[in-house]
Amino acid sequence: MKQYANVITAYTIMIILIILVGIFQSWSVALSILNFCLVSAVMTMGANIQWGYAGLINFGIMGYTALGGLAAVLVSVAPVQEAWAAGGLNMIICAGIIVGMVFSIRYVLKKIEKSKKRNYLIAAIIIVGLILLRVIAGPATEHIEAVNPAKTGFLGGLGMPILFSWIVGAFFAGGLAYIVGKVALGLRADYLAIATLLISEIVIAVIKHEDWLSRGVKNVIGLKRPVPYEVDLQNSPWFIDLVEKFHSGKLKLINSVAEKQDVLNQLVIEASSVYVKLCLAGLFLIVVIVLLIITQKALYSPWGRMMRAIRDNDEAANAMGKNVVKEHLLIFILGSAVVGIAGAMMVTHDGLFTPGSYRPMRYTFLIWVMVIVGGSGNNFGAILGGFAVWFLWIEAAPIALFFINLFTSHLEETNALKMHLIDSAPYFRFLTMGIGLLLIMRYRPRGILPEKIIKQ
Amino acid sequence: MDFINAIILLLNYIIVPALSYGSQLALGAIFVTLIYGILRFANFATGDMMSFGTMFAVLLTWYFQSLGISLGVLPTALLAIPFAIIMMILYMLIIDKLVFKYYRIKKSPPVQLAMVSIGVLFVTQAIVRIIIGPFDRRFFDGERFILKANEFKEMTGLNEGLTIKSTQVLTIVVTIIVVSILFWFLNKTKTGKSMRAYSDNEDLALLSGIDPNKVVMITWMIAGVLATIGGVLYGLDKSFKPFVYFNNMLPIFAAAIVGGIGNPFGAFLGGYVIAFAEIFITYAYKKFFMYLLPESLEPDTLMQLLSTDYKFAVSFSILVIVLLFRPTGIFKGKVL
Repeated sequence: MKQYANVITAYTIMIILIILVGIFQSWSVALSILNFCLVSAVMTMGANIQWGYAGLINFGIMGYTALGGLAAVLVSVAPVQEAWAAGGLNMIICAGIIVGMVFSIRYVLKKIEKSKKRNYLIAAIIIVGLILLRVIAGPATEHIEAVNPAKTGFLGGLGMPILFSWIVGAFFAGGLAYIVGKVALGLRADYLAIATLLISEIVIAVIKHEDWLSRGVKNVIGLKRPVPYEVDLQNSPWFIDLVEKFHSGKLKLINSVAEKQDVLNQLVIEASSVYVKLCLAGLFLIVVIVLLIITQKALYSPWGRMMRAIRDNDEAANAMGKNVVKEHLLIFILGSAVVGIAGAMMVTHDGLFTPGSYRPMRYTFLIWVMVIVGGSGNNFGAILGGFAVWFLWIEAAPIALFFINLFTSHLEETNALKMHLIDSAPYFRFLTMGIGLLLIMRYRPRGILPEKIIKQ
Repeated sequence: MDFINAIILLLNYIIVPALSYGSQLALGAIFVTLIYGILRFANFATGDMMSFGTMFAVLLTWYFQSLGISLGVLPTALLAIPFAIIMMILYMLIIDKLVFKYYRIKKSPPVQLAMVSIGVLFVTQAIVRIIIGPFDRRFFDGERFILKANEFKEMTGLNEGLTIKSTQVLTIVVTIIVVSILFWFLNKTKTGKSMRAYSDNEDLALLSGIDPNKVVMITWMIAGVLATIGGVLYGLDKSFKPFVYFNNMLPIFAAAIVGGIGNPFGAFLGGYVIAFAEIFITYAYKKFFMYLLPESLEPDTLMQLLSTDYKFAVSFSILVIVLLFRPTGIFKGKVL
């Protein structure tokens, strides 16, 4: 028990902080923070699998998150029949051509020896393939995007429950990680960082501009939810009864019937949003706990030991007969898949998919701050990092505003400096993150909850 | 005549813009490559350091404008550059002393330094946004065009106009001057040679009596000059927006790696390779072919290889291809 004392303390402080937000700001805000903390925790677990377990640096988290989000769209949105009729067949043919290209290149690489002829052959396959793709896909995308562009203009999805997308998102992200890993994992650490960062930008560019697939910057709104809608709750008698019972003490104090009804309506509206967020928090919590159990088991299994050995000295591990390349690829895929789940969860929570909002500061570098601050190599640390950093990210602006008002209280309301500082309060979150990261890296380089090596 | 028209079209839409964009990238890429070669880490704060220097140039330009000082046809920003460079160098030296020095002395692995540079990225971005805000700022004044399309058409009687913006010429000229001085410095002076020696083999350089602190300081000073000038030139040509500068870090990295990281000349050329590739591949060649081909063969599509949305993606794909097939870059840099 003693060895977990700091873990328990850290999490207790975190929960108390969120409860304080609930008391002082509102429960709805507190629950949103909690939900995003949980999503961030899943992302940090993914990054931690790669960085903490295996020492692989992945600056492409944004790309995998976006693919997870794309999965949510492709799984849950109902298929757009007209669009499929207009260009669906062409798109399927295109997918076939891409698969054909990949396999023929693989065949050439395997069967023909390294020579100029082989290079020309591969170049020819790629060029012919690209021309075919353009000829077939060009008109089809135009037709698809022309189908009711204000509302659809894309192929739509499968129309299945959105919860499936959490798994599909993992497969999407894992698939991309397989390709990226094959290409880039041989590179030295900082090159790998740059390469993954740039590849994730390419992914975002594709999602942003291939309107037939994802509606691009026109965004997909009104995605299905795995939990009830607020409006339905507000009209269902059992929910109103529940709220009435919950607040019965408060309601008894009000005498007039009309006033009582007003207050009750207000309470029901508030409670419905809290209820929805609670349901989501429950779902997210299940994911976090399941992943935590799996990753914890993996970390202390023979496989986890091997990964740590590879991380600490890959040459020695290689000499012991461990296939370093294969294990690196595997762990790269696994970590990215977890990030993909988080991406799908985030879109599920928001109910909308906005490709334009995927930016590296928020989805790559912030996640890295979480991992480093929390403690890489330790799952509890990574989750705590997700919680603490997200909490600070949200609350930094109000805290900064408070301090600005405190320090400039002797100045007049119209003072130029004061007004400027108050306007720029939101940017203090970057400052907090940066200074926090620098301090942690300097004085506690292994994070708040450092990695524990259990000797057997 | 049609042939000349086609050439002018290419000049106007591809070559001149690519040359100026390439120069801006090249300055940033040399900055990245110097830090990588001598301080041995990938500096993720590159873009934001450039925006930090540019921010001072913008503020000073506004100040000079309010005083009524100007350079006539040239932008006032040129006058502000030296002061901005001093601020930038001061900031870089402070950051180095407070942050990077500790890890350098401890001989931390490059990855850790790269992580630290992310902390610097956050802090620098915050400072820039707090001081000047995240909005789009234009600070160009003076004469906008050297050659206007209409004037060119009248002068030559061609169908196609050629526009040359003064900022484009300014960018190219300033880049050539700065880069020539830099290469002269690196190759001919004693300090420059000691920097190259330090980059090549640190232990050997220390053994032969090179002062590492001096090398590091000079590196940051050169970096400050390059970052500020590159940033101001980009800002004059387009506009100053912190987010755009952050994003520019990506093609700059691509240019540095494509050219061979650690190799300043490679980085210089890498900037142009990336710029030309981006613009060549995303340009719509329809009009070009309309001039060259007989009417019966005229294309009915845009003749565009990739839509301009994928401008950045092009440079990143080039980077990936280079990393795959020639990881040392086009001009041999450090081996990965």
